[in-house]
Amino acid sequence: MHEFALADAVIRSALEFAEQGGIARITKLVVRIGELQTIAREVFDYALKEIMPAAEPRLAEAVIVLETEPARFRCRPCAHEFTLAESGGPKEAEDAEAMHFIPELAHACLRCPRCQSPDFELLEGRGVSIASIEGE
Amino acid sequence: MDPRLSVVGARLAGAARILGVTGGKGGIGKSCVASALALALARAGRRCGLLDLDLTGPTDHVILGAPAGFPEEAHGVEPPLCSGVRFMSLTCFAGERPAPLRGADVTNALLEILAITRWGELDALIIDLPPGLGDAAMDCVRLIPRAEYLVVANASRVVQETVRRNLRLLTEMKAPVRGVVENMARSGSDEVRRLAAEHGAPFLGSLPFDETLEPAIGSAERLARTPFFAAVSALRKTLFP
Ligand SMILES: Nc1ncnc2c1ncn2[C@@H]1O[C@H](COP(=O)(O)OP(=O)(O)O)[C@@H](O)[C@H]1O
Ligand SMILES: [Mg+2]
Ligand SMILES: [Zn+2]
Repeated sequence: MHEFALADAVIRSALEFAEQGGIARITKLVVRIGELQTIAREVFDYALKEIMPAAEPRLAEAVIVLETEPARFRCRPCAHEFTLAESGGPKEAEDAEAMHFIPELAHACLRCPRCQSPDFELLEGRGVSIASIEGE
Repeated sequence: MDPRLSVVGARLAGAARILGVTGGKGGIGKSCVASALALALARAGRRCGLLDLDLTGPTDHVILGAPAGFPEEAHGVEPPLCSGVRFMSLTCFAGERPAPLRGADVTNALLEILAITRWGELDALIIDLPPGLGDAAMDCVRLIPRAEYLVVANASRVVQETVRRNLRLLTEMKAPVRGVVENMARSGSDEVRRLAAEHGAPFLGSLPFDETLEPAIGSAERLARTPFFAAVSALRKTLFP
């Protein structure tokens, strides 16, 4: 599963943040998962736990919250704003798989529901990001 | 916060050297040089990767004749072995669909590929770049500070106009230029040698204009029998002794 690679990125990023901010213990880590990448929460949760370094005092007590962020797009030619559902979503399993790996492939797989253009902006809900880190 | 930025260095840590193949214009042979160089490394027994970062105009899969299909997943994405070269391209995911990407999309897609690809241990990773000074080249310099560059040029003054700017920018950004190579060389012109000297970059020689290259595209076996490949193999020895 390539989710492990992304979970690994989240852990490294959080530890880097703690390092820079002089944080001894991270208490809460809020991770946002964009709808477009269609990563199942359970899968990502599992990946995070698997990838978590065993004796890492800075993360041992952290509460990890996973939030899902709906995808929103805005068409450049016609300015129409739309959701993933309104775009009709990926047409084939291969399309969904492609966007799962590289969310930007939405431009290869989705079209503006109003004017059929592939030239749209991804406003929100792209992939995995860290929304906030709390610690002491 | 973008967690991917924290993992790029670790994903590339197993690559002893990273070489970006760049040049000011399209059609001067960057992709052929990058692919042939990767192939030459593999044939010399080196562990080599090839990453096609020309996201809106990927071609290395065609040059090497890489089979289609999603790569294997194992705690990330494993670049498939193609004629002895670990190969990664947006086409591994996009297939034949055109993917129109604007600036931020290019950066995002490129960063995603760098964050999820597990190259493992490599003696060299060759990165094929799109022409000029756009997003991919700037991101390569930003995200992979230890990357070195090979600049492809030819005897055309039009090409040299763009390559000159390329060289100036790389120098200004303190990106190490390993050298300039002349491609599609027909006669004993001295233009590229002078251009390299002007910028204090080593001139790494000339690759001949080779009528047999085009029909060899798509087959590593046929590529390896071309005079072009013989010249790239010599270049390989200079770059990766
Ligand atoms: N040394 C050469 N001799 C003959 N044809 C070449 C040579 N180098 C490249 N070509 C041809 O030029 C075309 C463009 O090459 P390519 O590597 O795709 O350029 P770039 O990546 O710089 O856009 C291809 O069709 C290729 O076969
Ligand atoms: Mg090219
Ligand atoms: Zn539209």
